[in-house]
Amino acid sequence: MSELKGWREIPIAGVTWKSSMETKTGDWKTFKPVIDQNKCIKCLICWISCPDMAIQWNGEKVVENYDYCKGCGICANVCPVKAIKMVKEE
Amino acid sequence: MFEVRWHGRGGQGAWTASNLLAQAALKEGKHVQSFPTFGPERMGAPIMAFTRISDEPIELHCGVYNPDAVVILDFTLIKTVNVTDGLKFEGYLLANFKGSPREVAEQLNIVGKGFKIFTTPATDIAVEILRRPITNTAMIGGLIKATGIVELESINQALTERFSEKIAELNMKVVEKAFEETRGEKV
Amino acid sequence: MSVRQRVMGLNGDEAVAWAVKQCDVDFVSAYPITPQTIIVEKFSEFVANGEVETEFVPVESEHSALSACIGAAALGARAFTATAANGLALMWEIVYIASSLRLPIVMAVVNRALSGPINIHCDHSDSMGCRDASWIQIYTENAQEAYDTVIQAFRIGEHSDVQLPVMVTLDGFLISHTLQNVKILPDEVVKDFVGVRKPVEVEIPGRGRIPLILDPENPLTFGPLDLYDYYFEHKVQQHEAIEKARPVIKQINEEYYKISGRKYGDGFVETYGLEDAETAIIVLGSTAGTVRYVAKELRRKGYKVGMLRLRTFRPFPYRELVEALRHVKAVGVMDRSGAYGAYGGPVYIETKAAFYDEDEKPKILNYIYGLGGRDTPPTMIRKAYEELLEVSRTGKIEKKMKFLGVR
Repeated sequence: MSELKGWREIPIAGVTWKSSMETKTGDWKTFKPVIDQNKCIKCLICWISCPDMAIQWNGEKVVENYDYCKGCGICANVCPVKAIKMVKEE
Repeated sequence: MFEVRWHGRGGQGAWTASNLLAQAALKEGKHVQSFPTFGPERMGAPIMAFTRISDEPIELHCGVYNPDAVVILDFTLIKTVNVTDGLKFEGYLLANFKGSPREVAEQLNIVGKGFKIFTTPATDIAVEILRRPITNTAMIGGLIKATGIVELESINQALTERFSEKIAELNMKVVEKAFEETRGEKV
Repeated sequence: MSVRQRVMGLNGDEAVAWAVKQCDVDFVSAYPITPQTIIVEKFSEFVANGEVETEFVPVESEHSALSACIGAAALGARAFTATAANGLALMWEIVYIASSLRLPIVMAVVNRALSGPINIHCDHSDSMGCRDASWIQIYTENAQEAYDTVIQAFRIGEHSDVQLPVMVTLDGFLISHTLQNVKILPDEVVKDFVGVRKPVEVEIPGRGRIPLILDPENPLTFGPLDLYDYYFEHKVQQHEAIEKARPVIKQINEEYYKISGRKYGDGFVETYGLEDAETAIIVLGSTAGTVRYVAKELRRKGYKVGMLRLRTFRPFPYRELVEALRHVKAVGVMDRSGAYGAYGGPVYIETKAAFYDEDEKPKILNYIYGLGGRDTPPTMIRKAYEELLEVSRTGKIEKKMKFLGVR
């Protein structure tokens, strides 16, 4: 446990400074999206709809980023060809 | 007054365990408090729950700092949480663990500190009877064996009120089995 | 007395839901916010099970929740809502409107710190933030009192002399989420105690006395424009109403004692150990229990300490405070909300003002504590008593406002 700091020792305004790149915010999801690449028509509606930018386009296909996906299911919901399934996490 | 701190992860039922214990004590005419502390409210995050049981009305409204007993529902928590923090001298430490109390003491580095350590193979019992690794009621059984803080009958009543008939029955079996299989040692 | 009461293990939120269930409430509208969510969840279970006949309307914000209650109450319905912190802040303009329309709505405020930074834990900044909204404000210490006070609140607000909304507060997590022993009265006893809401009558020129509700048979307009010619007069009516609540609060406290065996001091203040106290602490909410616990411990050791729990904050019981504490040498006032740029915290400044005209008065200090849910264990209270005992000995105040428990 690190020592807790006093009021004079912390920055004002309650700001924090740790980059999201260091904190994997997706580690607690209950369901995760699984994209069926055979069905996917690369329309990118899932990519643009994801509130966490956790569906990424790598130049060739859409890829799930499970580090940041919180399992909200919007991608599966908006996919016009139902290529995304929400699967229970282990 | 008897104070218990429960360690679990979100979704494992530590708060429910504390509430069930409190309800059982209530049936015996005791005064009780049961409450959780939260960090981020999500599955898997470490949480703690607290129970106070007293013959007198409880006026304190603050955290529990020196519990008489600590219950660990998920042993993997020992890596990130100081589970023995504040535990009273010669206090009870209960762990969901398949080995001996001495092994628990070794893993926690508390050999010779004089805590009364008890182990309950809670996961196995829960999976066998409930078919799911929900260890909270097993650990209640272990706590009763170790401390005698409430009667088994009181817990059974609390279970009947909280759950449907079938679930209550299964959990009563869990409590009983855990009671039998819990073993302790002063280490 | 001696009705058979059922002992249940309930947390503060559940206890409030049970009170609402038994009070024959016509209308509930609420929006969820931690730590109030359990009130609404529990109550909607009662609705879904058909155990109440309440019209339950989920809305999209707290602003709408209280607005909906106003609509219902203006029709003559008994209405209830619950919120906390930023939820209360979001409905702030409606809070003032509810009291100006003289509607006896009851609202449970589960005390939680106002953001920012975002904090879901207990402090009194939310209810203190609208202390001048002309609502009656009662701070409860535990789940039992939360249950009892919600029941009393309907009677207090609906009293023909009062006609004002009532805020019943309970500490977030410390009470709301803490399961405790709660004695529940039988349904009929509560129903009998609260009765049916009877709208008051108003004298309308050319129409005589008509009920103060929306009724096409006897039309009235609620909430029109006032100019500088009448706004002030309407506000003075509210000043008078809240003063009239004083004897009503005491009377309801006594009446409730007759049916339940429980009363909370005189309804305004609850004291311990003050008869021979040299020092005392004034405190609101759940921390009062911890303060009493420490006071008892110190008295056993021979220290002459006492405490006063302030239960009703609006109207402020300045006479009762002075009566109880004038002989004490040093008083510490605990405020669980900030005092940015003020002479002191809200309870402190009113306490000091209450004593200003008195010849005999204690030295009064302010302890700001518990902000954002900072735990307040007995060790902290002991420290405050030690300092106060020192002040009572020397008569000297080193610093009038301290932050208890900050690093």
